[in-house]
Formats: sequence, structure tokens, C-alpha cells
Amino acid sequence: MGINWFKYSSPQTFFPLAGRLAFVFGALALAACAAGLYLGFFVAPTDAQQGESYRIIFIHVPAAWMSMFLYVVMAFWAGVGLAFNTRLSGMMASAIAPTGALFTFIALWTGSFWGKPTWGTWWVWDARLTSELILLFLYLGFMALQAAIDDPRRADRAGALLALVGVVNVPIIYFSVQWWNTLHQGASVSLTKSPTMATTMVAGMLVMTFGFWFYGIAAVLLRARCIMLERERGSEWAMHYARAAA
Amino acid sequence: MQTPLEAIDLRCVRGERTLFEGLSFTLEGGDLLRIGGPNGSGKTSLLRIACGLLEPESGEVRWGGESILRLKEEFWVRLLYIGHANALKDDMSAVENLGVASTLAGIVADGRQVAEALVRLGLAGRENLPVRVLSQGQRRRAALARLALGAAVPLWVLDEPFTALDAKAVENVQELMRGHVSRGGAVLYTTHHEADIGAAGSRRIDLAGG
Amino acid sequence: MIAALRCLILRDLRLAARRSSDVLTVLLFFVIVVSLFPLGVGPDPKLLRTVAPGVLWVAALLASMLALGRVFAADHADGTLEQMMLGATPLGVIVAAKVLAHWLITGLPLVLISPVLALQFDFSQDLLGVLILSLALGTPILSLIGAIGAALTLGLRGAGALLSLLVLPLYVPVLIIGAGAADAAASGLGGTAQLLLLGAMLIVAGVFAPWAAAAALRISVE
Repeated sequence: MGINWFKYSSPQTFFPLAGRLAFVFGALALAACAAGLYLGFFVAPTDAQQGESYRIIFIHVPAAWMSMFLYVVMAFWAGVGLAFNTRLSGMMASAIAPTGALFTFIALWTGSFWGKPTWGTWWVWDARLTSELILLFLYLGFMALQAAIDDPRRADRAGALLALVGVVNVPIIYFSVQWWNTLHQGASVSLTKSPTMATTMVAGMLVMTFGFWFYGIAAVLLRARCIMLERERGSEWAMHYARAAA
Repeated sequence: MQTPLEAIDLRCVRGERTLFEGLSFTLEGGDLLRIGGPNGSGKTSLLRIACGLLEPESGEVRWGGESILRLKEEFWVRLLYIGHANALKDDMSAVENLGVASTLAGIVADGRQVAEALVRLGLAGRENLPVRVLSQGQRRRAALARLALGAAVPLWVLDEPFTALDAKAVENVQELMRGHVSRGGAVLYTTHHEADIGAAGSRRIDLAGG
Repeated sequence: MIAALRCLILRDLRLAARRSSDVLTVLLFFVIVVSLFPLGVGPDPKLLRTVAPGVLWVAALLASMLALGRVFAADHADGTLEQMMLGATPLGVIVAAKVLAHWLITGLPLVLISPVLALQFDFSQDLLGVLILSLALGTPILSLIGAIGAALTLGLRGAGALLSLLVLPLYVPVLIIGAGAADAAASGLGGTAQLLLLGAMLIVAGVFAPWAAAAALRISVE
């Protein structure tokens, strides 16, 4: 019929494909981010209430979206790996975590930059930012657990279980933090209450989201390649690549 | 033991080393199968795979045609495993330990039978002391006392049962193993001890030692 | 199966009674942490009254985490855990029994001593009921979720700190709702909604956490 997808479920066949895809998505990411940043910083109009400082949302919001999206994708691959006992799925999940954590960190950091000129504080216990902070801990916990386990098989499976427990808890955490935020009405500032956005603003954010998404794909694929080489270093195809690269 | 235990094409990888592959055997009632091989050759891993504690890299273990990993408790009720660790709580006496172990394994044994089992293994007079104060050999014997209660459990898997035992205790345990096999049970074991147990149906598989 | 469960819970209780120092340490930790807060934030009674639920909850959370190390570690070390995994009772049920025993040993004492500590903070006496109930419902949830973390980190170097990192994010909703119950009661809104929510979370955790922890144990024991 079409492509035999299962052909790519072994590290050996996926490795070269990942390399080519990483190159393509990397280039697309560069283009999209350039376009998005141009739209965001030069084309979109000045905001009536927040002036120029609001422009940080062109990085903050796409990063936050990607951080949450990548966690779900990571949990998905983790689940597949646990259910079907496939090595590559586990490697993908491990490859996604650092990139996801990076986006979470960027979201938090840029959120902080937004908070300072707008409300005068470097940190705001806003529901979204607090949830992002907890998401960062979830990512770091996953990475720490995998780092602490020597046996790669146990590391994959333990991490997968943790990711699945985490993904189930993310909505619970989000809603409880939302609730906590509305209860304590001192912190009435909210990064979610953005002003109604001009079309160029929305366009800028969307383009940046795609840019981050493509970057994410490229970074994850490249990291997955490294993981594949490391895990399979005894096998022939890996040695072949190592020699070819040397 | 009515249904055989079948190991089919087992491959075991620990860390980065393949310990063994393509290993198959069948264990039936009356079999006394010894796994031999040098240290590090995967004997303990093979026993753990046969119990379902460890998943092999490839291949499977079947009981009555079905994978033991799917059967779970149905299989485990028919299994008695004694590994390297004695599985005794230091703060409880041998009697208490054996009582708990039997209940959790689904073996019905009253206080009298538990005490008798410990006496059988030569622990008379010590069965009510906390395990903490027993010697290595006494602890091993307390762990092995489960064999005296396990006549109804068809499959015994023993990892180095004779460690820390003196000659009399070794003979004691060997007698239990012989008895079990002659009643139609099966025993899968490893040992460094070179004496022949002397039971009909004795076999040996040696792991090469990766 | 009931016989096996009773046997297991009694066993754990008996072991805890013989090594009571373990149990008392956790309780003492709870008391000390709670007592440290006024030293840190000042003795202003109004402030202390406001932070009392939060402080008690965070301290209970930390004490609970401290205690998690003993749920499976000892049994893993002497080989009894393996035997439970090869027993006649499903591992999820065994885990549920162990977590129950663990909570009886480490969680319930916290709940029982919490009114005394709350009075130290001059917390209003008619609201004590809500606070105690929130802890009574919440600490088992913490034990259940914590058991998953304890199972995942079984036998690892630095398991204690790693366990905290894994489990704290998952504890956040319980903390928010638990402390929120007493807070809401204090501000006149009544803590019933939060308590009901805690009850629901307890049921969900009670059903799912043992199986997740059992799966984690099998992964860790390999």
C-alpha cells in the first residue's frame, strides 16, 4: 500500500531517516522562527495597555504550549514502549524530555520578564506560571529517575510509568492550581487575561508555535540519534556509523 | 506435577552482555534439573526467568501451554522459589516468619505444622528466637523450612540451596528434594555443591558462561 | 485472600512495634518542623492563625515523604518482597495492604497529634474538626501516591532525594485542596467541598495507585 511504517520501528532503520528529517525540520524551524519573530517584534502593533513589553508573549506562549504538548507526546511514546515492549519508543521518550524541559524553562523565564515591567515583580503566582513550574519539576523528575538507573531497560520502563502517572496528574494539577489561584484573591494579576489580540499578534504567535514545534522535532530527532548510537553501540550498524563519522 | 514447565528459546541480556540465548528445556513431574555453569553465566537469571520475576529479552516460559507472565497468580500458586536471599524478617522469629511466608504463598499450615517443619530442618529450640540472633546456617535452614511445608506445591525452584549449610543439613535438604521428586514434583536448582543428589530423573544443563 | 491481607498488615504492624524508633522519628520530625515555622515567621498570633493549616499540611507532607523510604525498602533488601511477588495474592492487593499498614504507622499518628499542634498556632477550636478531617483524608492519599514513587526508586542510590523530586509535584493538588479545606472553613465558606473532593481523590488513588505501584515494583525488581 504505502510506506511500511513498521520498517522504521527498529533503531537501525530509523537512524538515517531521523537524520534526514532532522535536517529538514531544522531548516523549517529556522524559517518559521525568523518569520514569527519578525511578525512579533516588527509587524504587530503596540499594545494599548502594555506597550512594547507584551511582545515577549511571542516567545512565552508558544514555549508554554510546546512544553505541555511535548509532555503529552513523551507520555504517549512512553506508553507505547511499555505496552509493546519496543526499544525505540522508550528512546524517543527519553529524547523528548530535555527539549520539553527547555521549553518549560523558557516559558517560565519569559513569563518572569513579562511580569517585571507589567506588574513590578519578577515572579507572579499566576495559575499558568505555577502549573508551568510544576511541569518543570515533572520533567526534571523524569530525567533524574532515568539518570539514576543504570540498566537501560529498567530506566526506560520506570521513566515510562512515571510519565504516564504524570500525564494523568497534569490536568488535576492544573485545575487545582487554578482553583487555588482564584481562592486567594490577592494575586489578581493574570497572564491569561491577554487583551483581545490583533490578527497580526495571533498570526505571530501561531507562526512561532510552528517554529518551536519544528525545532522541537529536529532537536528530539538528533538527540534520539545519539541515544540510539549509545544504546546500540555493540551492534554492527552503529559501529559502521561511528567509523564513517571518524 | 501434571503440567510441564516449558522454557522456549530464552535469550537473556543483562546490562550489555548476552548471557545465553536459544535456551530451551522442558521440566516435568519427577524431574530434578540442575543448572550448572561458572559464576556470572546467568544461572540466577535463568531461575528468575523461570519464575517470572525477570522477563527474558526474547523467548518465553510456558506452563500448560500458556505464558507464565499472563498466568501470574495461577502459576505462582504452584511455585515455591527460594533465592539467594533468605526472605526472613530479622525482627520476627523463625516460626512467625514461616507462618507469614506460608499464608502469603497460599499454603495452609497450622502452628504445629510450622513448628514441625522447623524441627525437621534442625532448628528445634531456636524457632522462637528473633532471626537476628541466628547464625548464617540457621537462617538458611529457616528459609529452607518452607520446603518441608511445600509438598503440595508442584514446582520448586531453588537457587544455591546448600549455601552455608553443614553436611548434615545438606543431606537433610537433599532428602527433601528427593522426596518431592519421587512424589511427582519437579525441582529446578543451581548449586556449587558437587555431590550427586541421587534421584532418578536427574538432569543437568550447563550454561556456557558468556 | 483476606487471610493473606490480615496476615500482611499484622506483620507490618508487629514489625513497626518492635522497631518503634522508626515510627517515633517520623512523628518527631513532624512536630519539630511545625515548631520551626513560628521561629521563622515570628510569633504574631494573627499570622500564625492564618498560616496554621498550610504549615501543618506542608509538615505532614514532608513527614510523609520521609517515611516513604520504609514502605518497600526493607522487604526488598531481605528478599521478602520477591516472595510477595510470587505469592497467591495479586501484587496490587499486597501493595494496598502494605500502604494501609504504612499509613497506620506513619500517617495516623500525625493526624492524631495535629490538633495539639494546631492549638500551638492558636487555631480556632471549632475549625479543628475540618483540619483533622482534611489530614485524615489527605495523608492516606499521600501514602498511596508516595508508594508509586517508592516503588520506582527502589534500591537506587540517592533514592531519598530522588523520591522527593518525583513525588512532590504529584502531591501539589492534595496539598492545595487539603490546606484549602481548613482555610475555607476559617474564612467562613465551609470546607465541605474540599473535604468531599479529598474523599473522591482518596477513592481514586486507592483504586489506581496500588496497581501503578505494583507495576513499578515489577519494573524495579527485574
